[in-house]
Amino acid sequence: MTTFTTVPRQIEDALERCHGASRRDFLRTSGLLVVSFTAAALAPFEVEAAAQGAPGAGPYPLVDFRQLDSWIVIHEDSTATFYVGKTDGGQGTGTAFRQLMCDELDLAYDKSTLIMGRTDITVDQGGSGGSDALQVDAWPARRVAAEARRVLLELAAARFGVPAGELSVREGVITVSADPSKRVTYGELIGGRRFNVALTGQNIDATTGVAKLKPVQELKITGQRLHRYDIPAKVDGSLKWASGAKVPGMVHARNVRPPVAGATLVSIDESSVKGLPGFIRVVSRGNYVAVVCEREEQAIRAAQQLKVQWQKPATPPFPGSDNLYSYIRNATPTSSSKPDIVGNPDAAFAGAATVIESEYEHPFQGHTAIGPAHAMADPSNGQMTIWSNDMKSYGLRLGVAKFLDMPVDRVRVIWMEGPQLYGRTAADDAGFEAAFLAREIGRPVRVQWMRHEETAWDTKGPAYAFKLRGGLDAQGNVVALEYHGRAVDHNHLGYNEPDTVLIAQLMGIRPAAPATGGAVAPSEMYAVPNRRRVADVVSLPLVWESPLRTGNLRDPNGPQVHFASESFIDELAAAAKADPVAFRLKLLTAETRDDSAFRRARSIAALKAAAELYGWDPRPSPKPIGTGALLTGRGVAYCYRNQTIVVEIAEVEVNRETGHVWVKRLVCAHDCGLVVNPEGLERVLEGNMLYGLSRALHEEVRFDTEKVTSVDWTTHPTLTHLDAPAKIDIVLVNGDPDAKRPDLPHYGAGEAACRPTAAAVANAIFDATGVRLRRVPFRDARVLAALKAARV
Amino acid sequence: MSITLRVNGNTRTVDVDPSTPLLYILRNDLGLEGPRFGCGLGQCGACTVIINGAAVRSCVTPCSAVKGEITTLEGLSKDGVLHPIQQAWIDEQVPQCGYCQNGQMLTAKVLLDRNPNPSDADIRKFMAGTLCRCMTYYRIQAAIRRAATAMKTADTASNEGVVA
Ligand code: FES
Ligand code: FES
Repeated sequence: MTTFTTVPRQIEDALERCHGASRRDFLRTSGLLVVSFTAAALAPFEVEAAAQGAPGAGPYPLVDFRQLDSWIVIHEDSTATFYVGKTDGGQGTGTAFRQLMCDELDLAYDKSTLIMGRTDITVDQGGSGGSDALQVDAWPARRVAAEARRVLLELAAARFGVPAGELSVREGVITVSADPSKRVTYGELIGGRRFNVALTGQNIDATTGVAKLKPVQELKITGQRLHRYDIPAKVDGSLKWASGAKVPGMVHARNVRPPVAGATLVSIDESSVKGLPGFIRVVSRGNYVAVVCEREEQAIRAAQQLKVQWQKPATPPFPGSDNLYSYIRNATPTSSSKPDIVGNPDAAFAGAATVIESEYEHPFQGHTAIGPAHAMADPSNGQMTIWSNDMKSYGLRLGVAKFLDMPVDRVRVIWMEGPQLYGRTAADDAGFEAAFLAREIGRPVRVQWMRHEETAWDTKGPAYAFKLRGGLDAQGNVVALEYHGRAVDHNHLGYNEPDTVLIAQLMGIRPAAPATGGAVAPSEMYAVPNRRRVADVVSLPLVWESPLRTGNLRDPNGPQVHFASESFIDELAAAAKADPVAFRLKLLTAETRDDSAFRRARSIAALKAAAELYGWDPRPSPKPIGTGALLTGRGVAYCYRNQTIVVEIAEVEVNRETGHVWVKRLVCAHDCGLVVNPEGLERVLEGNMLYGLSRALHEEVRFDTEKVTSVDWTTHPTLTHLDAPAKIDIVLVNGDPDAKRPDLPHYGAGEAACRPTAAAVANAIFDATGVRLRRVPFRDARVLAALKAARV
Repeated sequence: MSITLRVNGNTRTVDVDPSTPLLYILRNDLGLEGPRFGCGLGQCGACTVIINGAAVRSCVTPCSAVKGEITTLEGLSKDGVLHPIQQAWIDEQVPQCGYCQNGQMLTAKVLLDRNPNPSDADIRKFMAGTLCRCMTYYRIQAAIRRAATAMKTADTASNEGVVA
């Protein structure tokens, strides 16, 4: 019963022998075998429970990142376990870390395992976020692996009495170069014992030993198309998920949300559920209400049956989604960015031969994870252990400690896999709820949000309204460009904040002021001599306790902003009667005063690579409108995110009788620097492009003037198998203009590819039909109405 | 009420309310994490199990209504050998988070059992109600085609074995 398929057999055996011993104990007791804490790190729930109940279990302070032993353990059989403070939502982060660390350590990939994101045994790298796992956190991981290799070489040098420089190392075996019969394995040198080597570095990102990293040419495992290690257990059903976390005595909770946003709790009629089988208690504080029952189905029923009286708010919490954009345009901003002005846009517009102005609109969109938010918390032993898939396990630990006013070292979060975790999901909220309820009830409590809660109450990506203006001279050159974006993002939530998670808001807890939120400008390197970029944030009437609370969604503002900006560039290209790719290339190569040659050069390389892969034939859009029911067209869009460049080309088929859009083919050129695992990257790009496509074609959070009305997969449609393109082609580009540089560093790749998709599709629809869609999503009815209005 | 279920070749008896959805019994009483809670409404397929050759949504199936052997993801491999569908899922590196893949694989199995030579349109149509929020649809479809080929080859091989 203790199998965990990614763990080598010997660790499982150790697990049988040594369960209950914690890594913390090990770090205090140098004599204890290393395998024992590895075992504890992987212990199934039964063992966890036993360990927690044991006298003296905990406390759970953070692991000291300045100790090599906190990151790497070498076992007697020369296998290694790596401990990193990242989490992996199925994007292959863990596999990539193992590849890089094995390369630096000189160990075969399959001799390694990796433990992630568990606050009491892995160093605090903050979990996931910002696509920065490889861009930022892989560096300290590489350096500590290099340091371990250096220390092992020193140990071998002492053993053989030769300088370390006269040793060779290969796959965990060190030999004397001059006499290969003299050999020793990593396991023989240090297996089961501590390195006892201190590291330095101001913060965890700067963690380092004294060893140097290998030059990129010497990385052998990095760059290989290795299969992800987490997939077999996801396929054979053996993976243990956060959603399945169980301990003895555990009970089940369900939340009861206000039926109208901003409503106040008046009274609860507990007699409506008291007689139900398994009923334990109704817990309420402020406007937060939950029921707790012995069994899960009992809790679901009790939550449905509980009679609660609510008082509606005096004023409507928000305009209905049908009136959202006029509301945004007429609202007084809560904050505005300082206008970013280059040249003299007003004069340039006045002198332009053609001026075009367009408004774009993008709705609120939610995470709407396939599995609604959940967590389990155990209050045993005066401590709090939370099993969660929250991508920021360390933040959850800190936030819960503050929320419950517990010493932070009494709280730990055991991160486990769960449904997609791209951003500030409701896993944060569920983690706090589980911990609160566990303390109230005095028993382990599992909280599971229902579908309607997840879809209605999960944090949302901000809605936007945009106005863009462009001026062309008589030759079709862009002489002026103006961008004005407005986001409904006032009170944008951070991660795991004890005063903004949903339960805190419903209890009436507030920070001193709402977060100002943000509205951002597009990322592109276009050289336009005169430009102005302005962005405002506006607020809905209801600021707190709102189901329309905003938070980071995968690439928080990217899809919205680039839908507008990259659609508008296409409008300018069409007005100039220019080919959309050539038009962009001209803007990227034009002389400018700003020097962003590096990113611009890589942008050009990616655009050319995408066009070539697609087989792009240069011509202006739209093409002559066809005569049949199905109209086809192609569209391109480009942008970057930090240093990652992405170009996408969509080929669409538009049914002029139904308005249905099918994206038949997607082509992507992607440059994220050094690629650690091309296959893993390609899968992430496929999924992320289709995620962008789902947001472009289907997703919109709908609401009336009282509540969110998107509550399930009917009222909140998503992409399905029917929408999958027939073909996706990806080219991984290395567009570095400096031929002498060996390779670029590894940048992030988790989010950029969903950024240009909506614009590429809108541009393709325009190419096919001559109709410009300026509001997302492009559902059939909206497309058909636009086609009819244009008499297509 | 005492309910007896046959799951993955075993017989199990539980004492529950007969209206309890099968999903919660599989997960909470029988310790099977293959079927997952996604919507509880029969809309997403995350909770899929196979009963009498049909893909059944266990979140909306009362346990007392179940007649016949239940196969969950855990029961797909035989004697430690992965089903060709599972192998195809690994070969194509399909899952991202993997949460929906229980429903994807079991629905695909029902499709291929009924239709060993599905066209691309057959695949899309049969799989349409099984949702993935990591958007692995393109890879799933590739894996289904791969599994179909593998299953045909395996059939041919075993037939040849009989002839020989
Ligand atoms: S959980 Fe059963 S169909 Fe969604
Ligand atoms: S793989 Fe994550 S929902 Fe499908």
